[in-house]
Amino acid sequence: MTTKTFFKTPANRIFFVIILLLLLAPLFLSVFRINLLGKFIAYAILALGIDLIWGYTGILSLGHGVFFGLGAYAMGMYLKMEAAHGRLPDFMSWSGLEKLPALWAPFSSPLSLALIIIIPAILAAIIGFLTFKNRIRGVYFSILSQALSLIFVILFIGQQAYTGGTNGLTGFRTMFGLPLAADNTKYLLYYAAIFFLVIVYLYCRFLVSHRLGKILMAIRDGENRVRFSGYNPAAYKIFVYVSSAVIAGIAGAIFVPQVGIISPAEMGIVPSIEMVIWVAIGGRGTLIGAVIGAILVNGLKSGISESFPEVWSYFLGLAFIIVVIFMPEGLIGLVKKYSTRIAWRVKKEKTAEKSPSIN
Amino acid sequence: MNTILEIKDLTVSFDGFRALNGVTTKIEKGEIRFFIGSNGAGKTTLLDAICGRIHPQQGTIVFNGDKNIMRYPEHKLVNIGIGRKFQVPSVFTSLSVHENMEVSAVKKRGICSSLLQKLTRQQEQKIDEILTLVDLKNYRNKMASELSHGQKQWLEIAMLLVQDLKLIMLDEPVAGMGRKETTKTGELLKKIAQHCTVIIVEHDMEFVREYATKVTVMHEGRILDEGSIDQIQNNPKVIDVYLGRGGENCA
Repeated sequence: MTTKTFFKTPANRIFFVIILLLLLAPLFLSVFRINLLGKFIAYAILALGIDLIWGYTGILSLGHGVFFGLGAYAMGMYLKMEAAHGRLPDFMSWSGLEKLPALWAPFSSPLSLALIIIIPAILAAIIGFLTFKNRIRGVYFSILSQALSLIFVILFIGQQAYTGGTNGLTGFRTMFGLPLAADNTKYLLYYAAIFFLVIVYLYCRFLVSHRLGKILMAIRDGENRVRFSGYNPAAYKIFVYVSSAVIAGIAGAIFVPQVGIISPAEMGIVPSIEMVIWVAIGGRGTLIGAVIGAILVNGLKSGISESFPEVWSYFLGLAFIIVVIFMPEGLIGLVKKYSTRIAWRVKKEKTAEKSPSIN
Repeated sequence: MNTILEIKDLTVSFDGFRALNGVTTKIEKGEIRFFIGSNGAGKTTLLDAICGRIHPQQGTIVFNGDKNIMRYPEHKLVNIGIGRKFQVPSVFTSLSVHENMEVSAVKKRGICSSLLQKLTRQQEQKIDEILTLVDLKNYRNKMASELSHGQKQWLEIAMLLVQDLKLIMLDEPVAGMGRKETTKTGELLKKIAQHCTVIIVEHDMEFVREYATKVTVMHEGRILDEGSIDQIQNNPKVIDVYLGRGGENCA
């Protein structure tokens, strides 16, 4: 894809503007806000992955918190090992462990950060293989993905000595030697988050702007027709599920050093459903809608819950209902509708101006 | 050998109910073969069995002389030249007409080629040719969701045509169409039959009479009669179980 064709798509132009705004944000906002915004960017990355699988392919996964959590825990375990300085991480000794478990051993090396991608990919590949090969689809897949999320929450809470239980992992000090509490590190992490947002966006755009993207939409519209056109839908679904899981893992890894904690609460069913709502509100099947939805909803969430902490969940529920009833294609759908009307009017005026010269 | 599809003693049962009971028939190359019969006669089940959606308990289906296609994976049927159109038009509504054709036209259908390979000029030409044939050339960039019912049916047929098939199976292609559209579809079928064999399940007797080269009448999972349309229409058994019943105005 050349730059010229890239900017032909209006969504890409909007994305470019958003990135510019995000890059300039540190000039106007306090470190505290920037840190918060960095967290929203992690969510935006996550939302891109959900848009890929739900918006384009029509598979509603209600368990993406698991993949987000796995990426986040991989990063958290690495940071925990760095904070422990070769000793046993604090919560392990509280739980009575005397030796570092084999599960944790690889995380003393920065190479273990590859697991942020590898673990979600393997899990998604296995689950995708078992479900999509056996043609489990629609609401059955959604329920299964929820069960997955429930299983992982229970597992992580239960294995306190290995995972930190309900409290999760926290008390990180440094990352690659840089103190996490320092302002400079926070800015650095913020810019790193933007960098990954751009990479993931470009990856998703690359997928959907080629024939693969059309095949994904074709699977959404009529899986049988796709099958009888000679494609194996299961292979495509597994591919997109793995892609989306890896993206969620990356998002989790970006989330942890900025927020300073990861606990099973972040991977449960409720956050998994919230993630889907961001995409629905922004507008699915557009990529840019996912980015806008995630940042906007979470921005509103922190704004509203700072002043009125009790009403937030009502607000989110209401917003979701309004979107479902009045704007099935989300905010982006709304913008599209009005912009095509305007564009059409502009075109009409232009041709009206031009027509005398043609005659 | 001019037989393209040979079905022998095919039996399908669902929980003891025999949807197909020892069906045996031969379809010759270039035929337009109609399967008719009242609801529940087993016509659609037969198509489903041929294309591997259901697994028969007994019998064989041999394609093109030597290939046993029982239990053949559905998504590989296109590769050996068998295509199927469903009863409800199933085009990809959120893609444009051309994109629908593009997805159908490519020969390499793996993930990598879907990312890296563009349509060849030959394929583009072929898409254009076929869209002209089905009168959808001017709708090339329209979304498939904007097409009328008839146009969707033709688009789906066009998607089969672009795949170089040897055998096309159509399930009630003219259901819900007006006379004019039906005639147009019939003419289209004639053109298609010049290159490949067509199997059609249909209720519209006028349509059957006009375009069939051979008709198979099914009743309760068995073949009742098979032959030219005249032969069928004069068979008292057929009249009794199918044509006579509410089919007066058709027969």
